[in-house]
Amino acid sequence: MSLLRFLARRIALGAVVMWAVASVVFVAYFAAPQDVARLIAGRQADPATVAAVRRNLGLDRPLLDQYWSFLGRLLRGDLGYSYTNSEPVTTLIHQGLPVTVSLAIGGAILWLIIGIASGVLAALRRSTAVDRGITGIALLFYSMPTFLLGELLLLGLFYELHLVGFDLFPGGGFVPLTEHPLAWARHLLLPWLTIALVSAATYSRLTRAALLDVLGEDYVRTARAKGVAEWRVTLRHGLRAALTPIATQFGLDLGTLLGGVVVTETVFGLPGLGQLLIVSIRHEDLPTTIGLALLASAFVVVANILVDVLYVVLDPRVRLS
Amino acid sequence: MSAPILQPGAEPPAEAAGDAHEHADDELIVARSPSRLALQRLRHDKVAVASCAVIVCTALLAVCAPLIARATGYPPNQQDLVHGLSPDGIPLGPNRHYLLGTDDLGRDILVRIAYGAQISLLVGVVATGASIAIGVVVGLVAGYYGRLVDTVLSRFMDVVLSLPYLILAIALVSLVGPSLWISIGVIAFFSWATVGRVVRGQTLALKEREFVEAARSLGAGGPRIMFGEILPNVVAPVIVYATLLVPSAIVFESTLSFLGLGIVPPTASWGNMLSESLDFFEVAWWFVVFPGAALLLTTLAFNLLGDAVRDAFDIGTER
Repeated sequence: MSLLRFLARRIALGAVVMWAVASVVFVAYFAAPQDVARLIAGRQADPATVAAVRRNLGLDRPLLDQYWSFLGRLLRGDLGYSYTNSEPVTTLIHQGLPVTVSLAIGGAILWLIIGIASGVLAALRRSTAVDRGITGIALLFYSMPTFLLGELLLLGLFYELHLVGFDLFPGGGFVPLTEHPLAWARHLLLPWLTIALVSAATYSRLTRAALLDVLGEDYVRTARAKGVAEWRVTLRHGLRAALTPIATQFGLDLGTLLGGVVVTETVFGLPGLGQLLIVSIRHEDLPTTIGLALLASAFVVVANILVDVLYVVLDPRVRLS
Repeated sequence: MSAPILQPGAEPPAEAAGDAHEHADDELIVARSPSRLALQRLRHDKVAVASCAVIVCTALLAVCAPLIARATGYPPNQQDLVHGLSPDGIPLGPNRHYLLGTDDLGRDILVRIAYGAQISLLVGVVATGASIAIGVVVGLVAGYYGRLVDTVLSRFMDVVLSLPYLILAIALVSLVGPSLWISIGVIAFFSWATVGRVVRGQTLALKEREFVEAARSLGAGGPRIMFGEILPNVVAPVIVYATLLVPSAIVFESTLSFLGLGIVPPTASWGNMLSESLDFFEVAWWFVVFPGAALLLTTLAFNLLGDAVRDAFDIGTER
């Protein structure tokens, strides 16, 4: 199968998944116990007002009719209006996106760096105290819920340092990258660490296992015999083989990443999409909640297609099936 | 792993892998079943024993929660804004009356941690049990019947595994309203696919083996073969995954509760305690550290035990 056909199949599957998620969301939306029209019109509204709101939202039309127009609007990228902000959901998403993107990308990069580096170190110092220490610390962070790690980092690295007059890490807030790159990174450092440390354990283990597998191979011995420096052998020949399982795992972990972002934004008070989601849930702002859930799913579906392509590029032996 | 000899019509209980042992009882050299071997190895593993001890302590804490509440004289949900807070309205640190201090409403943190242990263990065990049941059935069916059934179920598992589960979970919970059983259901729904995938893979390999062919030639049908012949042989990986699913279910529940979408206050759960402590960590470290330590020790113990069980069964699993 050519790469193009493979891509087409993956995209088709992705579209089916998105359709399924959207349909489940639609069903849940109507199965929900809230009376949306009553919610918007307010408690004191008379029946005529409620009926008018219902008609305006199209909630009085046949269910199948509403379903088609719901899907149609989604295809056009229209997520409807927020009940509480009276603004299009897409506008709200647009406002929170820079925070969330900064947090997610920085966190993911940091987790890959920490995970791979500690895995390489553990493999090179195999069966020593270093190896056991790394494995133990990795498992410790792996067992920690994201919000707990965030709270502990706030307590230890922000508050206790702040008490002794050492303000290395701010305790929250967000500065746009375009405004002040250094302040941007400084404000995001603790949130990045929070996301990275919880997930790094998996990558540390994967890298260690893959390296130990490969470093005994003939081609690695040949490289060593040719006089290639040890660090070069490890990085060029060893790590190369670890990249494929890492890419696979990364695809699976994207959903976890988004969940971590929501929690981290809550702990550090960052005004991103995670905060928006939590606020929309508290205010029973269904269009915003649904829009964000769909956006998150779409992101994961698209990113997984990219990871699959990356997988083929990384390992030409992979059969496209 | 060797195939246990099963009597036709034998029930497929979890310890079915031990059946082979019974046939060899009267021989001089006693055959040791894989699960007995694993148990022996576990007993010599210090980390495993220590983890078990921590888990037993947590369970005791949960069971004894009403006793602790009676002994201290502080019911878990009773606010005491007069005695439980300092004159400035700040939670009290650990002292003679409140061993682990009080929270922002003057409630005893020790008592609430004990009640929180009930929730965490209940959610951990029930959600894991449900995930295992669904995962095993789907995995067996997908692996055994193959073809279209397998394609559809496998794709479905892939999708469930890759979706942003926390976001979809909180969106779903927000529609129906949070409660203990909704949390358990949502956690089980987003957790079974890992087990399903493993069981499917094992089933694919096992169904080609001779003992399955033998059972089929004796006239056994699909369900009999799946649950009577194949299931006993996937018990080991299932036990490993069950041990590892418990801590992730506990983390999932505490995260939902932290976000206000799990256990509804005033019922204590470690997640909602930590959520309440977020506004007080500057003045009351004990409010963060003690519930956090309870949560971390429990999940860490289960994760370490899971690793030890996997080593004891000598099977490779990726995580």
